[in-house]
Amino acid sequence: MSEAARTDTGARVDLLVIAEMVEPATRVLDVGCGDGVLLELLATTRGCDARGIELSREGVNASVSRGLAVIQGDADIDLADYPDNSFDYVILSQTIQATRRPKWVLEQMLRVGSHAVVSFPNFGFWRMRLELLMKGRMPRTENLPYSWHDTPNIHFCTIRDFVGLVDEVGAQIDQAVALNGYGQKVRFNWPWSVWNLVGEQAVFLLSRKG
Amino acid sequence: MTDSVTLTPDARTFEAARGEADFPHSPVARFGADTPLRLDAGGVLTSFQIAYQTYGTLNAARSNAILLCHALTGDQHAANVHPVTGKPGWWETMVGPGKPIDTDRFFVISSNVLGGCLGTTGPSSTNPATGQCYGLDLPVVTIRDMVRAQSMLIDHLGIDRLLAVVGGSMGGMQVLQWAASYPERVFAVMPIATGARHSAQNIAYHEVGRQAIMADPDWLGGRYLAAGTSPRRGLSVARMAAHITYMSDSSLHRKFGRRLQDRDGHTFSFDADFQVESYLRHQGEAFVDRFDANSYLYVTRAMDYFDLAADYGGVLANAFKGTKTRFCLVSFTSDWLFPTPASRAVVHALNAAGASVSFAEIETDKGHDAFLLDEPELFAITRGFLDAAARTVGVS
Repeated sequence: MSEAARTDTGARVDLLVIAEMVEPATRVLDVGCGDGVLLELLATTRGCDARGIELSREGVNASVSRGLAVIQGDADIDLADYPDNSFDYVILSQTIQATRRPKWVLEQMLRVGSHAVVSFPNFGFWRMRLELLMKGRMPRTENLPYSWHDTPNIHFCTIRDFVGLVDEVGAQIDQAVALNGYGQKVRFNWPWSVWNLVGEQAVFLLSRKG
Repeated sequence: MTDSVTLTPDARTFEAARGEADFPHSPVARFGADTPLRLDAGGVLTSFQIAYQTYGTLNAARSNAILLCHALTGDQHAANVHPVTGKPGWWETMVGPGKPIDTDRFFVISSNVLGGCLGTTGPSSTNPATGQCYGLDLPVVTIRDMVRAQSMLIDHLGIDRLLAVVGGSMGGMQVLQWAASYPERVFAVMPIATGARHSAQNIAYHEVGRQAIMADPDWLGGRYLAAGTSPRRGLSVARMAAHITYMSDSSLHRKFGRRLQDRDGHTFSFDADFQVESYLRHQGEAFVDRFDANSYLYVTRAMDYFDLAADYGGVLANAFKGTKTRFCLVSFTSDWLFPTPASRAVVHALNAAGASVSFAEIETDKGHDAFLLDEPELFAITRGFLDAAARTVGVS
């Protein structure tokens, strides 16, 4: 990873972790690509054929203006239009909690791509738990600054919940990385329960079983 | 737009428009019997001509050429003063030095379509076989015929591959046809405010226009030029009906509301009491001075027949199978002539074909015509898309 890429992505360490999971020169679809930061990173540092879907008009227009191939669309609907195996990786970065049908979206990702990469904020993170426990109010963090009534995030989960969903859709976990509150990787040999407590974010690389 | 309306025909501009049919104020590529043009309707044009304009300079590698495809009543004068109307070119907002389609970097070609009346062979051109105007003797032309003719112009200009083909509405249909017919000749395409086929509603509106023209007693079965007349009223009505479809209810309301034209109250007559009536009459009249009625029949018919999927077994994705061309589609929220779902259908087909595709819907209340107007988001997207294409191809 180049220094330039690190600077560009700033606090989004999860994007660098995702980029490291993606093999160079592959076909990648980023679902909910925002203004295209990850797409640009994948195209410039990994030589990927990177495409995106984004719900917000602003995000799409910003991405296309930067020369990226991005479609205005809704992950909850539009993934159905992509043929089987049309990508090597389908990425859902910090978006699964904002989808209406997370399970369906994950199934579609694994149908459209041979691998799926999912990153999400872990609602089981100790600070979330502590805030809810101590203050009795829905937690707000730097990464998740929304009030409960004004958030695009409708399906929060913990790392353990997500692992359960992966089982349910019959996928296998090829890699899993948790990032602590400082954006550092949590040691991989710790058990799930510890990950679930100290991981502020998680990134999973999945593939179809068999 | 003007507040007052002149209903008297301007004989001077009308004659000027007639003169453009064979000898336009622009370069002309003439094709003879050695390069005949076969038409979808059957039949061959053994000699025909294409009028065009170019802006900017073709680089040594011949890799910086961008073809513009004009809409129904557009022409080759995209970014220069129009020789008949004296008005700026139809895409002057978009094309020029430092503009999104930057003529400092790109060699921009804009040609008049087959069936037109500004110097490309059309019904008002002289039929070399008879020495008279073609009139309705010209076979009906299709979008694919137009594109086939354009590709011959591109050959004529010594260009193998275009950096991009860009156009809106009927121009967007040509862009899609280019991508389907000549994928290896276009690196990138931008179909704007268009669709892969003309809808039944769109055909219906066109039919209203054509019937208005043909119902005009001066149309004379299409032989009006020989008789020295013109179906001005019919053509004007056709334009008025079409013009409504280019705008949105909210843009009409914003511009005119129910305001009255140069009067304090209703006259209780059929005068143009309302500003919107006066505006439409003006649009109709101004159009008659620069456009030929038979050409209007031909180009509207070309749009009606357009159905790209039908040429590929009914499966639109097959039109783009294996394409390496990059696509960028744009639609506008208030466009009801080519609404967003029409663009999305193309996007779905491109996804199914595994093509590289971008798609943006731009929020505006300006309706279908938004692609011709000052739309900063459209400009930013066009600039970004073309810059990325230029970077990849190595155009500085």
